[in-house]
Amino acid sequence: MKPAPFEYHAPTTTEEALSLLAEHGYDAKILAGGQSLIPMMNFRLVQPAILVDLNNIPDLAYINPGDDGGLRLGSMTRHHQVETSPLVAERAPLIHETMPKIAYPQVRSRGTFGGSISHADPSAELVALSVALDGNFRLRNRDGERWTPAREFFVGLFTTVLEPNELLVEASLPPMPPHSGWSLKEVARRPHDFALIGVAAVVTLDEKGLCQQARMVLISAGDVPMVAHKAVELLKGQAPTAEAIKAAAEVAATEDIDPSSDIHATAEFRRHLANVLSRRALEQAFQRAAENK
Amino acid sequence: METTLQNVFDLAVTVNGTRYEQAVEPRILLSDFLRHDLGLTGTHVGCEHGVCGACTVLLDGEPVRSCLMFAVQAHGREVTTVEGLGTIDHLHPIQEAFQEAHGLQCGFCTPGILTTVKVFLEQNPNPSEEEIREALSGNLCRCTGYQHIVDAVQLAAEKMRK
Ligand SMILES: Cc1cc2nc3c(=O)[nH]c(=O)nc-3n(C[C@H](O)[C@H](O)[C@H](O)COP(=O)(O)OP(=O)(O)OC[C@H]3O[C@@H](n4cnc5c(N)ncnc54)[C@H](O)[C@@H]3O)c2cc1C
Ligand code: FES
Ligand code: FES
Repeated sequence: MKPAPFEYHAPTTTEEALSLLAEHGYDAKILAGGQSLIPMMNFRLVQPAILVDLNNIPDLAYINPGDDGGLRLGSMTRHHQVETSPLVAERAPLIHETMPKIAYPQVRSRGTFGGSISHADPSAELVALSVALDGNFRLRNRDGERWTPAREFFVGLFTTVLEPNELLVEASLPPMPPHSGWSLKEVARRPHDFALIGVAAVVTLDEKGLCQQARMVLISAGDVPMVAHKAVELLKGQAPTAEAIKAAAEVAATEDIDPSSDIHATAEFRRHLANVLSRRALEQAFQRAAENK
Repeated sequence: METTLQNVFDLAVTVNGTRYEQAVEPRILLSDFLRHDLGLTGTHVGCEHGVCGACTVLLDGEPVRSCLMFAVQAHGREVTTVEGLGTIDHLHPIQEAFQEAHGLQCGFCTPGILTTVKVFLEQNPNPSEEEIREALSGNLCRCTGYQHIVDAVQLAAEKMRK
């Protein structure tokens, strides 16, 4: 199938894009890398009357160091740029390690950070990582801007707090505290496909080697990135022993997620994977935290 | 590029070194523009949702899915299709290698693979088998079982290093 007709706008500044959105509201759709939107338009699942293409706004594509020691990523930064950035490798190793797992080289040369976040696919790695890393998003409309924490941004399947007149312009990812470790584990039928289940974990140890803080987020495990609240509560203040990790992984897979069955896997199999991968992700994260003096 | 309000866009794009100027509807996919408007049918269309890789072309030297871009988005840019690699009389070393190592059967996936491999070998002239398989992860082939494709890429790498 082919996309239905639409009116095409290619603004060259963010302000121009924001006025177009203010003017057209629900009739307009934002086009970033197009790697999720264009397939839906080709199938006519989406038929926007007006398309606002962000690809000619160079100001939205950047990777900058944050004053807090973290990272600032412009929404139109391509997956390929993130993948090959030495600054990302240094300041957000979890993102650096994950990028090659996201789709294929030809998709990563177009797909964008902001597009992936705004699309809010619960199977998307960057959606889960932004929550695991406690990131914040800067949203702008014609009249102003607001910041939203990643953990409050995703509200349902493919649904975020973004209003139709708003643009996600930037993601801010804070640095991980000292003595932190991270891990992403996933299972996909073929490498680079969307994961059947994925687990992102970020943990921090105190001076005594006990778990001070932990965040674990599961991919393809519900309508939104699923935060393993109960599993993490079990770990806080505890020594990250094999038994403690095993118990937490068990709770993550049984109580913290809500996976569904589809042609790719049953819910039961997804829970099994969630258990095994949570354990492996926590093991690796705690081991790295212990080494990260 | 200027903001346009009318539903036809004056596109100027360089394809395989030739500049084309043509009015197109914004909804025309780059893959369809290349095939239907320019008659460059070397770019194949398999799935139209980014999965098969048959439509891979180079946009300013980077591999992209031409089915996941509108032709208007190539305005002012340079596109290379499989027709831009070599000619019948002077095949590109990658094309020679695919011929010699039997890297194709029906040939449907081949244009997308050749364009993908071109960028890959320029960036990584001496790849391992694993790296080759990784680089081709976004290209489906229903005939060969991939082994001959991997062999062909290895042979192409050898030829290009010479
Ligand atoms: C074959 C294939 C395999 C893939 N595999 C994976 C995978 O394994 N893991 C993964 O995470 N992703 C995968 N993807 C998706 C890919 O990462 C997409 O690039 C990404 O999800 C969407 O980014 P985009 O820039 O292409 O956005 P687009 O497709 O342009 O837009 C997506 C949605 O977000 C909205 N939007 C875009 N930018 C903004 C903004 N700045 N502000 C507000 N709204 C905005 C659009 O209106 C649209 O609704 C795959 C895609 C394909 C085609
Ligand atoms: S036709 Fe473009 S990826 Fe299949
Ligand atoms: S040779 Fe037939 S699909 Fe690859």
